[in-house]
Amino acid sequence: MSGVTPSRSASPSRKRLTDVPFLEAIRLALSQIRAQKLKSFFTLLGVTIGVMFLIAVVAVINGMGRYMEEEFAGKLMGVNTFTLRHRPYFEMHTTDEEWRSFARRPRIYLHDVEPVVKALPPDIMWAVESRDQIPVSTKDMRPRDVEAFAVDGSFFEIRNLNVASGRLIAPHEFASGAKVVVIGQDVKKRFFPTTSALGRELRIGGVPYRIIGVMEEQGSVFGLSVDKFVVGPMNSPLARLLNRRFGVIDGIILKSSSMQGMRDGMERVRQVMRGRHKLRPAQPDNFSIETTESALTFWAKIENILVMAGIVLPALGLVVGAIVIMNIMLVAVAQRTREIGIRKSLGARRRDILSQFLVEAATLSTIGAAFGILLGIGLAALVAQISPMPASVAPWSVVTAVILGAGVGIISGMYPAARAARLDPIVALRQE
Amino acid sequence: MSPHTDTPVSHTAEREAVIRNAGLAPDEDWVIVTRNIQRDYDMGGEVVHALRGVDLAIRRNEYVAIMGPSGSGKSTLMNLIGCLDTPTAGEYWLNGMLVSDMSDDELARVRNREIGFVFQTFNLLPRATALHNVELPLVYAGVPSQERKRRATQALERVQLGDRATHRPNELSGGQRQRVAIARALVNEPAILLADEPTGNLDSGTSAEIMRVFESLATEGQTVIMVTHEADIAAHAKRIVVLRDGRISSDERRDTFAQRVALAQAAH
Repeated sequence: MSGVTPSRSASPSRKRLTDVPFLEAIRLALSQIRAQKLKSFFTLLGVTIGVMFLIAVVAVINGMGRYMEEEFAGKLMGVNTFTLRHRPYFEMHTTDEEWRSFARRPRIYLHDVEPVVKALPPDIMWAVESRDQIPVSTKDMRPRDVEAFAVDGSFFEIRNLNVASGRLIAPHEFASGAKVVVIGQDVKKRFFPTTSALGRELRIGGVPYRIIGVMEEQGSVFGLSVDKFVVGPMNSPLARLLNRRFGVIDGIILKSSSMQGMRDGMERVRQVMRGRHKLRPAQPDNFSIETTESALTFWAKIENILVMAGIVLPALGLVVGAIVIMNIMLVAVAQRTREIGIRKSLGARRRDILSQFLVEAATLSTIGAAFGILLGIGLAALVAQISPMPASVAPWSVVTAVILGAGVGIISGMYPAARAARLDPIVALRQE
Repeated sequence: MSPHTDTPVSHTAEREAVIRNAGLAPDEDWVIVTRNIQRDYDMGGEVVHALRGVDLAIRRNEYVAIMGPSGSGKSTLMNLIGCLDTPTAGEYWLNGMLVSDMSDDELARVRNREIGFVFQTFNLLPRATALHNVELPLVYAGVPSQERKRRATQALERVQLGDRATHRPNELSGGQRQRVAIARALVNEPAILLADEPTGNLDSGTSAEIMRVFESLATEGQTVIMVTHEADIAAHAKRIVVLRDGRISSDERRDTFAQRVALAQAAH
């Protein structure tokens, strides 16, 4: 007497594969939410906040990343440009050990320039630079810290710097170490707000320099002005303020006309420097050659840390949201025990009840996620407005948010729904 | 109305044997046949015998009342007949199917297709409209939305509530609520209409109104089984089964039952 199949399935349309239609279940969930607006609001809060942070944090990271690629790298480094330094400029997480090894490295000297440049094809432009934050002043104004550069070679061409008024440093001034400077817009505005700066005197380390040019405005990177600088010849006394040891420079900047030229150039410079530092083949480089890629790699490391933060914050929100939803659904099952009994008496199977509550939980948290997406987009727009960070919402984060929303609902609805589905109809119907 | 003439009967031979052994007329249409069904409850280690072996056979189109004092087992019997529960022992054949050893999901399907419940407390979903309440069994039967609406509207019209389709239960009187419940019970064209104290929450005027609805359904050919402890309500049925201590103590036609009750009252 086993394997009984009650069948009155006269027509195949009665086949019960599609349970309670999915849309029906969502409609039911929505009416349930409408019926209890306030409770639903608090239920949604955790998921909403979690998703909001997810969208906003990802938007900020995304915006910063795009900014790094489009603005920062080009502005600060230049295209097809590489720099030879004794230690990396873009570096994070330097251990004490690494730091000591960097400090032990030989510096780059002015007399390294000629052999390096000679090893490269003639189409490569070169420049040398030393830089530091030092105070400058005028006769009647107090000193201000600015970024001071002592340079030689094609510094202005490589950095794509043009004068707004006056002129650039001439070759003979570079050669003689003339006490002349060109200044950035911020320095001009600071010391000569109303008058022309050209021909005026700027004191650097007590030494008077004549201003021969004012540069075009560069704008800002991460909200910090890059126009607060002065540039003088490497052979002028300025160099000794930036690097105390004679002949020591911060780095040699080299710009090729092509990507391939840059790659080849980097390898040649490496060989030249290994020779000059007398390194045996087994020894590692004791100098650094960096490109814009290094800057972007550096950024990628920061980004990873931000992404971790961007995951932890929303995750907390979602966990809280899941717990709240589970609680609310347990209460809902308890309150609607009689309803469950009625539905079972009318022919609802376990899986019908299970899916009803699962869909309800998923709908609830997906709505929470939808609110979170809207708020997150708003928050990202706000960040973009009030800060220099150009936040831009990543489409994948919206998709993730929706999936997470539904997922949190389903996971947290699982236990309450299973409890509802297991209810004995007789017991459930008896409940007041 | 006989909606189940197309029913393919499973276990035909087995069922025929059961009917023969029970001494039932083989040429009649038995919609319910129980053979010695028992139901024990385990109440914290102590076994309570709610039903101690009930043999009950009901023909299609019969109008039967099941009576008995509280504790007689009539609620247990109703739960078994309604496929909300399964017997501890014995066989229960409903509309040609052996339901006594079915799984939960199979029972749910049988409840959905074969049984229309009418409860004492109406058991309507409070937030759903009358129409949606009536649609519910069709939802679980997988009937598409349009057809659901059409059939639910028809069922409401059958109980003279066509104009109340969009009302919620709290906007309806007790009698109207019970009629919505009756429409819901009928909408899937069940083999049996199973009413549990259908007038228990109604005043006598409304009770009479509901009993007239049952009366006319029975006249139209609907099998009606009504569980009640009120003799005057039971007296509406054509046949009255009385339970006592988990067994059938009497099973007779209305007139003999009325005579007996009258005699008993006279003796007092």
